[in-house]
Amino acid sequence: MRHKHKPWFLVSQRLGIAFLTLIIVSFAVFFATELLPGDVAEVLLGQAATPEAVAALRESMGLDTPALGRFIGWLLGLAQGDLGTSYVNNMTVAELISGRLSNSLKLAGIVTLVSVPIALTLGIGAAMWQGSLFDRGISILTISVISVPEFMVATLSVLIFAVWLGWLPALSFGADTSSFLEMLRAYAMPVITLSFVVSAQMIRMTRAAVIETINTPYVEMALLKGALRSRMVISHALPNALGPIANAVALSLSYLVGGVIIVETIFNYPGVAKLMVDAVATRDLPLIQSCAMIFCVSYLSLITLADMIAILSNPRLR
Amino acid sequence: MSHSRITVRNLKIGATTDSGRRVEIIKGVSFDIAPGEIVALIGESGSGKTTIALSLMGHTRSGCFIEEGNIHLGDAEITSMSERARASLRGTKVSYVPQSAAAAFNPSKRIMDQVIEITKIHKLMPRDKAEEKAVELFKALALPHYDTIGSRYPHQVSGGQLQRLSAAMALIGDPDLVIFDEPTTALDVTTQIEVLRAFKSVMANGGISGVYVSHDLAVVAQVADRIIVLKGGVIQEEGTAEQILHNPTHSYTKELLSAFEPVLHEAIVSPTAAKHTAPILEVRNLFAGYGPVHNGEPSAKILKDVNLVLPRGRNLGVIGESGSGKSTLARAISGILPPYRGEVLIDGYEMPHALKSRSKEELRRSQIVFQLADTALNPAHSIGAILGRPLTFYHGMKGAERDARVVELLDMVRLPANLRHRLPGELSGGQKQRINLARALAADPDLILCDEITSALDTVVAAAIIDLLKELQRELDLSYMFISHDLSTVEAICDDVLVMYKGEVVEALPARDMSSKAEHPYSKLLISSIPQLDTGWLSSLEQDPDLVAEFALR
Repeated sequence: MRHKHKPWFLVSQRLGIAFLTLIIVSFAVFFATELLPGDVAEVLLGQAATPEAVAALRESMGLDTPALGRFIGWLLGLAQGDLGTSYVNNMTVAELISGRLSNSLKLAGIVTLVSVPIALTLGIGAAMWQGSLFDRGISILTISVISVPEFMVATLSVLIFAVWLGWLPALSFGADTSSFLEMLRAYAMPVITLSFVVSAQMIRMTRAAVIETINTPYVEMALLKGALRSRMVISHALPNALGPIANAVALSLSYLVGGVIIVETIFNYPGVAKLMVDAVATRDLPLIQSCAMIFCVSYLSLITLADMIAILSNPRLR
Repeated sequence: MSHSRITVRNLKIGATTDSGRRVEIIKGVSFDIAPGEIVALIGESGSGKTTIALSLMGHTRSGCFIEEGNIHLGDAEITSMSERARASLRGTKVSYVPQSAAAAFNPSKRIMDQVIEITKIHKLMPRDKAEEKAVELFKALALPHYDTIGSRYPHQVSGGQLQRLSAAMALIGDPDLVIFDEPTTALDVTTQIEVLRAFKSVMANGGISGVYVSHDLAVVAQVADRIIVLKGGVIQEEGTAEQILHNPTHSYTKELLSAFEPVLHEAIVSPTAAKHTAPILEVRNLFAGYGPVHNGEPSAKILKDVNLVLPRGRNLGVIGESGSGKSTLARAISGILPPYRGEVLIDGYEMPHALKSRSKEELRRSQIVFQLADTALNPAHSIGAILGRPLTFYHGMKGAERDARVVELLDMVRLPANLRHRLPGELSGGQKQRINLARALAADPDLILCDEITSALDTVVAAAIIDLLKELQRELDLSYMFISHDLSTVEAICDDVLVMYKGEVVEALPARDMSSKAEHPYSKLLISSIPQLDTGWLSSLEQDPDLVAEFALR
């Protein structure tokens, strides 16, 4: 049966679903935070505060209005581009986040630039020489990296490179970044640690996707036309594996914005993940909500992008 | 051997099984092919015909390896070459036409890019020259829109066209030898004729040698000069096509040929026919289709106003090509695909349309057997469990009673009782199809709907299944509706035949008069398209071009 859907229809359908997901997530995060014991007024005033003082602060912060009302108010503000004001220090959330977000994006960007080309090359290479020593070495390496928790990788690299060898600074932030070389040194350890973590999954998924297409009759046909292995894989197998590879890459990269709390803590790197954890500790709802939205948007845009690549790489859907 | 184009001497190919055991699959094969000669390799599945054909290109599938022997292609000795040297021969000296072109074309690349890829890999000619040559080949292969078809993607052309395009792909590098690996097996008969003719004419014009791998003697008889009969990796017999067809010496060749002999079906008198006046199956004005339903009608309407009557103890054949609605008819009668209009009566009782609204007793009366036993049998369940389930469901059997009945069922389909402890994966194709049948028999049905149940089987195995069906009919007072695209099988078991075309029954006639009394133009075209065991059949076949243009699915 012919696919009558035009690609733009498929893409706009994906975007619509992404938008709906965003609303549902914001709702879930808001009410999950509401369920936590204690609120920002209690946190700010400390344990010695009298109930009257807490109540008065609540009233002045507008916390006594029903949760649904505050949620809708926040949503309306968001629609106008207003992320709200932090409960804790009265700064606008936009101001609090902007610096942190650019730090996070910088780190994520560098990790992406380092890990994606390496992961794809290793994954495709392992598939190309399936069963070889190279392939087995890659398999063992990726499985070990996946099974070792990232705080181990991070702590060990601090111990080795900063403490014993003294090659790299233990803390990334506040290190001297005036020259290019210094910047490289400052970012080396968090980037290496994160690259290890995200590459392993990408390598394994790429390898599996390429091997699946290598075993198809049309790749055997390419072999019987006299094509060498590299042509078979790159020209025939790879274009048909693009969809699953793009999805694996997107899934791994989406982790880089919100999921890097351990690395941010160990290397004392001021990104958004740490900001959100701090916000949860103080029940700073507007800040939590905004961080959650950022994580969700980055995740959804990566996944949607991967879906679009999958659609556009398949002539039957295009 | 300077006059031969290809010389194979004492070729032995081994394979490593999943359990690590080494087995020999080709056991010392020798043959020659002269320039311009087409040699057929014929045998059942597992006989090693494709393995030999691929080894001529220096290629073995994963797990297989050439153990011994020589293959000379002209002056080149393929077995001792490096992989890179072999690659330089592929496409230029020897090329390959695959069994399923639909699977062998890369879905994400345009047809032209794939057809001329050989010239690009081996740097034979500039792109515009290659495209010109491809268009000439498309023309020679009688492809429609030959000047623009190359810009399409594989999913945008029909199966028969793809098969001819794959021949163009094989011929673009002017090879000395072309290997055809069952190239028409996946095609409908009316399409097959056109493809065979196209292959034959381009091969004859170029003086190219060919290897034609097939399990179908009648097809091979049309194209091959010489036939090599294989079984179990050993050459059983070798000779000219005429010799093999008319004076076979080896018993296996005789067996193959006898499976082709039309055995006309003798009607069996049902012992209970007198008691039952109602036909076992009656279908009135049946409409069925797929897709979203609007105003009680599905968007893709397949069956249109189908009527049929199957008296008790008789067998009804349903023939037609792919897309004619044969299988949909079986699905609609059984309720798997509820018809949206019309009536299905089994033994005179009207059946609810949907499967889920039928009672156990209504379900028991009619059973369906699917084409592919591989997918119909759960690979994780033992044969005993597969046969035990319907016994518990329909008859409430448990424990020793059920076990005893499973053994009985195995005996009915002529399989040993100890098979019940095995998994489907451990059985041969013919054994699996018998289990598939035994599962239907477990319900004690009156009517069995057989959907292409012999199509995936080798000729000899299929003939044994037909014999089994006839015996069971005599013993158990069964009636069959037998769906097939293979007319000789239908002749062998059916009393009456329905010819279907695009979801409609175009003609109903007695099976034994099928060839002589068919009146509808499509029935005539279909019946005349069945290859005959006669080397001159294809060249002397004349079909009305208007008829072909109107009905053939090309």
